[in-house]
Amino acid sequence: MTLQVELVSPEGILFEGEADMVIARTVDGGDIAFLTGHVSFVGTLAAGLVKILQPGNHTQLIAAHRGFVSVSHDRVSILSDVAELAADIDVARAEAAKARAEEALLARSDDDEARASLRRSEVRLQVARG
Amino acid sequence: MPGAQERILRRRINSVKATKKITRAMELIAASRVVRAQQRANAARPYARQITKVIEDLAASGASVDHPLLRPANDVRKIAYVVLTSDRGLAGAYNSSVIRATERELHANRLAGIDYELITVGRKAAAYFRFRNYRLAQTYEGISDKPTYDNAREVAEFITALFESGGVDKVILAYTEFISIASQKVAVRTFLPLEAEETLAELGSAAAVAAYEFEPSPEAVLAALLPRYVEARLFAALLDAAAAEHANRQRAMKSATDNAEDMIVRLGRQLNRARQDAITTEIMEIVAGAEGLKGDKGDGEDLFLDRLSAPHAFPAHQEHPYSASGHV
Repeated sequence: MTLQVELVSPEGILFEGEADMVIARTVDGGDIAFLTGHVSFVGTLAAGLVKILQPGNHTQLIAAHRGFVSVSHDRVSILSDVAELAADIDVARAEAAKARAEEALLARSDDDEARASLRRSEVRLQVARG
Repeated sequence: MPGAQERILRRRINSVKATKKITRAMELIAASRVVRAQQRANAARPYARQITKVIEDLAASGASVDHPLLRPANDVRKIAYVVLTSDRGLAGAYNSSVIRATERELHANRLAGIDYELITVGRKAAAYFRFRNYRLAQTYEGISDKPTYDNAREVAEFITALFESGGVDKVILAYTEFISIASQKVAVRTFLPLEAEETLAELGSAAAVAAYEFEPSPEAVLAALLPRYVEARLFAALLDAAAAEHANRQRAMKSATDNAEDMIVRLGRQLNRARQDAITTEIMEIVAGAEGLKGDKGDGEDLFLDRLSAPHAFPAHQEHPYSASGHV
């Protein structure tokens, strides 16, 4: 038994396939892992990694900055309007964004936008480096 | 002077031919863009479907659906109209039909004492309403040709903020629905508030079996979900409008190309007639001149006519390059 996973963005289906386990980070809930037979679940994603463990020891990492995860009957749907696969991430750009955000935070530590931007670029880099 | 009219006609034929080349090129470009726009609209469908499904699941679980975006407006005093048009013209009646439908709706509501706000997407709507001294709350340009999700988000955020702040009690979206390549229809629909009773209640009863866990809570998920739902709906409308724009432009350019072809044939005929008239006039002048000379001489000797045999005066009617049959 495996999970059917799909990652959908408004521009199209980014990923579709089978998985043994899916790990996502939800708002307030921390990391949550889904295996087959999981109870029907709908959660709001926090900026973070979505880890899809595919059969045969493949791991697919996705940077999802917000969205939803919905699980029912061994189908996991990840909805995100800002999701990126490892292959789509521009490492240099993410690093530049990270440096910019860090600088902005040094200047003003209560800059929420910079903090969110820092978090996003960290997630991106994590995904890009596997 | 004979030949002047011929020259003018030739020049016109050449200019129509140049126009035809342009319209033909635009037709082909539009045709390829329709296909791409359709593909994008199809690619956006799974997301919209999934979002709708999560809302269904929420309703099925009996979560309270009290949210500003769902609250029906009881006393409507102000309506925001969002008009989706294109930046460029030459798309037949595409822009004017959306604009006219909006204006009609706006006037009808104004007679009923309901105020308006206008939000335009596309240069055409902005230009039309600005010229007629309407108040424009916000205008967006340069996105209707190839809308991205970020564009949709930007517009949706503005509309949602306007609606949630109580600035308007209702939002109406006017755009062109893409039904098929051959058929597009102007749609004027209520965009906000979301029709909660219809969609949610109906779906809730249909699927009231699933027991869902919600994280952090059904209300929090709904609150996060509805803005995304609004964006997805607007994005779908933008993509539809873009496909419809290209389909309309393709059709308009096709008929322009056909018209140019007809015109070239018609002008070709006129040109032939003008050429023949000119030749006839010339012969008449020569004959008249010869007659005149004959009269002067007084005797029966003909200086000219004996040399001017019929085959010379009327060279066998060859097909002229500008005759109609030469151009198809």
